[in-house]
Amino acid sequence: MTVLLTITILILTGIAIWQITKIFELSQIGLKKDDSQIATEKDNDLNGKLMFGFLVFIYIVTIYCFWAYTKVLLPESASEHGEKYDTLLWVSFAIILFAQTLTQAVLHYFAFKYRGINNRKAYFFTHNNKLELVWTVIPAIIFFVLIIYGMVTWGQIMNFNEDNEDDLVIELYAQQWNWKARYGGEDNVLGDANVRFLNDFDGKNSVGIDSSDPNGMDDFVVTQEFHLPVNRKVIFKMRSQDVLHSAYMPHFRAQMNCVPGMITEFSFTPTITTEEMRQNSDVVAKVTRINKIRYDRSQDLISNGEEGLDSYQFDYLLLCAKICGTSHYNMQMKIVVESEKDYIKWKAQQQTFSEIIQ
Amino acid sequence: MSAATNISNSDHDDHHDHHKETFITKYIFSQDHKMIAKQYLILGVLFMGFIGVAMSLLFRLQLAWPEESFAVFDIFLGDWAPEGVMDPNIYLALVTIHGTIMVFFVLTAGLSGTFSNLLIPLQIGARDMASGLLNMISFWLFFLSSMIMLASLFVEAGPAAAGWTIYPPLSALPQAQPGSGMGMTLWLISMAIFVASSLLGSLNYIVTVINLRTKGMSMFRLPLTIWAFFVTAIIGVISFPVLLSAALLLIMDRSFGTSFFLSDIFVQGEVLHYQGGSPVLFEHLFWFLGHPEVYIVLLPALGITSEIIATNSRKPIFGYRAMVASILAIAFLSTVVWGHHMFISGMNPFLGSVFTFTTLLIAIPSAVKSFNYITTLWKGNLQFNTAMLFSIGLVSTFITGGLTGIILGDSTLDINIHDTYFVVAHFHLVMGISALYGLFAGVYHWFPKLFGKMMNKNLGYIHFWVTAIAAYGVFFPMHFIGMAGLPRRYYTNTAFPYFDDLANINVVITVFALLAGAAQLVFLYNFISSMFFGKKAEMNPWKSTTLEWTSPVDHMHGNWHGEIPHVYRWPYDYSKPGHEEDFVPQTTPLGVNEVETEH
Repeated sequence: MTVLLTITILILTGIAIWQITKIFELSQIGLKKDDSQIATEKDNDLNGKLMFGFLVFIYIVTIYCFWAYTKVLLPESASEHGEKYDTLLWVSFAIILFAQTLTQAVLHYFAFKYRGINNRKAYFFTHNNKLELVWTVIPAIIFFVLIIYGMVTWGQIMNFNEDNEDDLVIELYAQQWNWKARYGGEDNVLGDANVRFLNDFDGKNSVGIDSSDPNGMDDFVVTQEFHLPVNRKVIFKMRSQDVLHSAYMPHFRAQMNCVPGMITEFSFTPTITTEEMRQNSDVVAKVTRINKIRYDRSQDLISNGEEGLDSYQFDYLLLCAKICGTSHYNMQMKIVVESEKDYIKWKAQQQTFSEIIQ
Repeated sequence: MSAATNISNSDHDDHHDHHKETFITKYIFSQDHKMIAKQYLILGVLFMGFIGVAMSLLFRLQLAWPEESFAVFDIFLGDWAPEGVMDPNIYLALVTIHGTIMVFFVLTAGLSGTFSNLLIPLQIGARDMASGLLNMISFWLFFLSSMIMLASLFVEAGPAAAGWTIYPPLSALPQAQPGSGMGMTLWLISMAIFVASSLLGSLNYIVTVINLRTKGMSMFRLPLTIWAFFVTAIIGVISFPVLLSAALLLIMDRSFGTSFFLSDIFVQGEVLHYQGGSPVLFEHLFWFLGHPEVYIVLLPALGITSEIIATNSRKPIFGYRAMVASILAIAFLSTVVWGHHMFISGMNPFLGSVFTFTTLLIAIPSAVKSFNYITTLWKGNLQFNTAMLFSIGLVSTFITGGLTGIILGDSTLDINIHDTYFVVAHFHLVMGISALYGLFAGVYHWFPKLFGKMMNKNLGYIHFWVTAIAAYGVFFPMHFIGMAGLPRRYYTNTAFPYFDDLANINVVITVFALLAGAAQLVFLYNFISSMFFGKKAEMNPWKSTTLEWTSPVDHMHGNWHGEIPHVYRWPYDYSKPGHEEDFVPQTTPLGVNEVETEH
């Protein structure tokens, strides 16, 4: 049945196209036959006007996308450096939107304005050094400003100081296809680790901690979710046991690849707790929208005799952004940002490495 | 400007005509550049392009309606889509092979293979390529490479599925992914042969342009197409061998137990012996080709567009020397920016600053090119042939896609949009769509030269306008999905309720993608029917100045009867004051009081 339907649609599309060409052909009645495949004055007129129409189309698409899709974008940044990131992003966006609007306008307007007319000769204009200098230098100045601005921000984000003992050190451990997080425990120092130790202790050594390193004994490993105290700097150490992964925490404007055989780093300071973020008006609106979608989908599922979907509440996410195989699309961990007090309470409940291997 | 005289190849004369040609030497193992161009066009562009585009439509269906079962999946994917629902591994395989085919087979071999082969000898006034034999071998290696790539689609565990960038360890370990077994082996073999083919082609282009220009054809009288093909070939020769070495090292790691790219790996309950290598090294090697590759794809398209915009504006290209300079600048910079693909790969962050700097510099010559195109249109007398529409379309998508490069090229901003759909939207507009527009423009413009027939212009108009609308419909909304935080190469986004409100945008994108796909069928129909039933072309249908339009419509070995044409002027004397016609062919000697155009 579907095959028949597909064939019918294809045939009908074919006929439609054939009919549309007839419309174009009508504009050529009475022309010399040999030139029929070369643009005539009428073709130039029609396509020139369409070029102008296309400019309008580009503007409409742009405006529509910003109007309709801005609401799906990430909410305000939940990390300290994220604010700088967002400012730089919107400054860059303002510049490119301005350039886009202007250049597309000129391009399509010229295409419309100078559409061909028989017996008109074009203006012979080969080069103009002054003009070319202007449009080399102006972009150069703008780009230099952007480069410097970007470099300074990059330095601020990536050049973090690791000497402060108050900073929380967490290892993000990636494997096909889940995440684990390891905390330094009481001493806030991660013990040495290597994949060669993964099979020790009947597989209980889930991230391969070296049991001969005393620093590792009080480490603890969590799955499914990890907690961060608000307003305290976190230094992440990323590892992977099998293939490349990428630890992506979009709400914190943070990402770093996890590379087997090496430890990579990223650092940020969370500034908004999960509870506070759930009250954020953008997030509230987004969650309401999502739950509406999920409710509608549940109704369909239930009517088919399947189970409905749970309703959704906002949580910070850790995702994998580097292609890593079958379940790349479902490699997630929840991040909970909470007060120092709640964090200490949560931490006390975790089992240390020495407890696990006993 | 002095017209440097080069080795004249007029002594290399008509004896070509008297060869007795059999079917096999004429149509299959041909050494004639025009036939080889057609072979590249049909295999590289039409056939491989059709497969590459069809694959994208399959995974677009999956992305828009992730829980649905489709009969087309059942038909084309068989066991890989049990009951019509696509398997996640096959989703990744389709994404991988789509990327590989479109980037390498269609836009590198197809685009350069067709137009460099067709136009270099014809536009510089040579009887053929420097080495017809190498040219033929280059095509047949490409054929072999294509067939091996297609054969990998029939491997039981599926073709390569590690993304077109095939980062190890995923691509190195069959335990990590089914596609990394036989499928990846075939991928690597196919690409190794592809690199050989590409090198033979590129060397031939370089030698031909340097040595076989006709009398009077100095470097600054070359059409911009030739400049673009020439520089593209040079970048190819510099960067493709690096991909070959990366592929060879990866083959060693996979099959002979070396550890170039692998270290400390535990997979499927087993510690592997690899020690001391680094996947980051592979990323460096890959992108040392991978980034210049963007320009290997784009520069020929820009060259084609320069030629077509000038011809159809009936105006000289504005700032010829600035265009040449920006091609050279882009080519040079393209080899020193690869690190912008690796800002968060674990590479030293200091390098991030260096690569941000070099990357944003590329925006300057790119901006110059765009402004020069726009100025060429100014006060022109624009002839909207289909090729012209696609050329203007290229400038439009090149600007739209190029501008978002300013965001991605900035290491800071890359942090949060790296490997999201924002990247997908960016590179599809700036190199995918733009290069395809250049390719289409070239096909419409030189179809009379390739086949001696005219293509149907009304079908061409439909093809352009539907494609243009659909392309923006696909890729503009895609930026927003990326900025919402959705990573690319996700089989579905339903695993994250957080992304549920992106589902309807995905439907919009897929509908436009299907529309774009349908428009390509119009092109395919137009191409095939015009090839057989098109109106016969005149010698110079677009009233163009360059040499290819002085060679006879019916192909002959050696390109010109009698002597090779001599060149007396630059290629863009359109609407030059003091001439009756609005174009003066390069073969017309300067008039009595005429001064050569300063450019």
